[in-house]
Amino acid sequence: MKKHITEAEPIGDDDTLGAALRRQGVSRRSFLKFCAATASMMALPPSMVPAIAKALERAKRPSVIWLSFQECTGCTESLTRAHTATVESLIFDSISLDYHHTLQAAAGHAAEEAREAAMRENFGKYLLVIDGSIPVGNPGYSTIAGISNLDMLLETAKGAAAIIPVGTCAAYGGIPQADPNPTGAASVADLITDKPIINVPGCPPIPVVITGVLTHFLTFGTLPELDQLGRPKAFYGQSIHDRCYRRPFYDKGQFAETFDDEGARKGWCLYKLGCKGPTSYNACATTKWNGGTSFPIESGHPCLGCSEPKFWDGGSFYKALSIPTTEVARDALYAGAAAIAVGSALGMKNRASSKQAKAEHQKVSVDDLNKED
Amino acid sequence: MTEIEFLSWVRGPGFQIASVIFVFGVIVRLFEILMLGRKANLAEANGSEMSGGVRTIFSRMAPESDTFKRSRFTIVVGYIFHIGLFIVIFLFAPHILLITEVTGVGWSALPTPIVDMAAVITMIALAAVLLHRVKDPVMQYLARMEDYLVWLVTFLPMVTGYLAFHRMGLPAPSLLALHILSIELLMVLFPFTKLMHAFTFILSRWYNGAIAGYKGVRS
Repeated sequence: MKKHITEAEPIGDDDTLGAALRRQGVSRRSFLKFCAATASMMALPPSMVPAIAKALERAKRPSVIWLSFQECTGCTESLTRAHTATVESLIFDSISLDYHHTLQAAAGHAAEEAREAAMRENFGKYLLVIDGSIPVGNPGYSTIAGISNLDMLLETAKGAAAIIPVGTCAAYGGIPQADPNPTGAASVADLITDKPIINVPGCPPIPVVITGVLTHFLTFGTLPELDQLGRPKAFYGQSIHDRCYRRPFYDKGQFAETFDDEGARKGWCLYKLGCKGPTSYNACATTKWNGGTSFPIESGHPCLGCSEPKFWDGGSFYKALSIPTTEVARDALYAGAAAIAVGSALGMKNRASSKQAKAEHQKVSVDDLNKED
Repeated sequence: MTEIEFLSWVRGPGFQIASVIFVFGVIVRLFEILMLGRKANLAEANGSEMSGGVRTIFSRMAPESDTFKRSRFTIVVGYIFHIGLFIVIFLFAPHILLITEVTGVGWSALPTPIVDMAAVITMIALAAVLLHRVKDPVMQYLARMEDYLVWLVTFLPMVTGYLAFHRMGLPAPSLLALHILSIELLMVLFPFTKLMHAFTFILSRWYNGAIAGYKGVRS
């Protein structure tokens, strides 16, 4: 699904991304390195690097409105708590983040005025980033300046060029929607159907994936190719299991049985400890976290599958995927006991009926056969 | 229903229902067979029922030479897919985990590339026996709908398992869920179809062997 959304703005504008990056002291060299890394991550040919660089240079800093609903701020933390100022974070600084109530200085009505002003000035062009789910059952669970999350979403979505739900809560409902879902939490896509939506799930999502999606939008003015769950295929196209560096141990049948056994120390596969890598699609195994340091499996913990819908209700995090989530052994025992009783009863009945048949059997003699009636 | 919810259902309530039907059905049918009883044999015993019975359970594993000449294809391909099924079902690590979880008994797994190869060979063999059944006039005469159903519910877990392992065609959670669902279908139909031979072959071989053993002849 590709939709043309916006044209790149002309060069020479002080407000372009290139100008903003130069003001931040980003060298041409590191900027091009970022473009090359982004191109390779999005599986684009190297010939696209200059095109990305040119488009980013010329792109007008897009207005971004960031709404935070039922969330834990982990998604914002993921983006802002990088150890060093990366080019990605500078790119992110260089968008015009016109409203983000956790990060902005303004508060209360002044903050809401900033949002309304950004909406007015950039109507139809701004990007709407959302983290957190929306309480639909009882809107009172989460309000901002007295406005319910649902009202704010519907109002702000009207003028958005595209919506980027960031984090699993916004993309699929996430933890607030976990059983029994007390707030009636809904995802953005549950409520908005008439706007392009690019889901960037994860708990939290990888920062470079968020900037990658923004870069794609700035470079091509289109949505990246999405999978059936609305996620950009460039980042969510392969399962964790298929890109996991521990995969050879899975293939050899070498597994960690507990968190402190020999297998765990030798870095063997975590499948038996409940790893959801085989059913989870994300870029953790390739882009990694904390500036490329590692990802959860590398730290010895199985993947939770946080970028998938309903991951919180998918059974224990520590039970292997092939293991049933219910008490099958107990039920099978009851079923076996009942079957012995029923089987014995049926056997007795069969015996009784054959005994009866034998008793009722009347012998036929030659005389009987010769008898003429 | 999202694909993860589908997967949760087949791993949870779906598997529970299938297991209960499977265990209940198999035990009821075995009890019915065991309680049929036999007429008291008034002839004098010329040998042991038990040793003849037990020996026959194993001796029938090797085909008799005349039978082999007549049904070479059925026996060879039949062996291939039965051994293949054994490797895939009982020597693949995730399957052993499931068995250990339910029964408490576990053993070592084979490396996945070997299981993968066994799966491919098994699927080819299963396809071959189906083709044979469709082409051969004698098999056609003997075949009933149930035979095709039994073939299908055996083949489906193989093909869905292969696709799930290689993550081909659909997203991984859906593939795994379909694989588990196909096994649940197999488990539900198992006690009420010819699939019961996995248990009853022991009883019938023992019975044949025991009759011969009592008479003091080889079977």
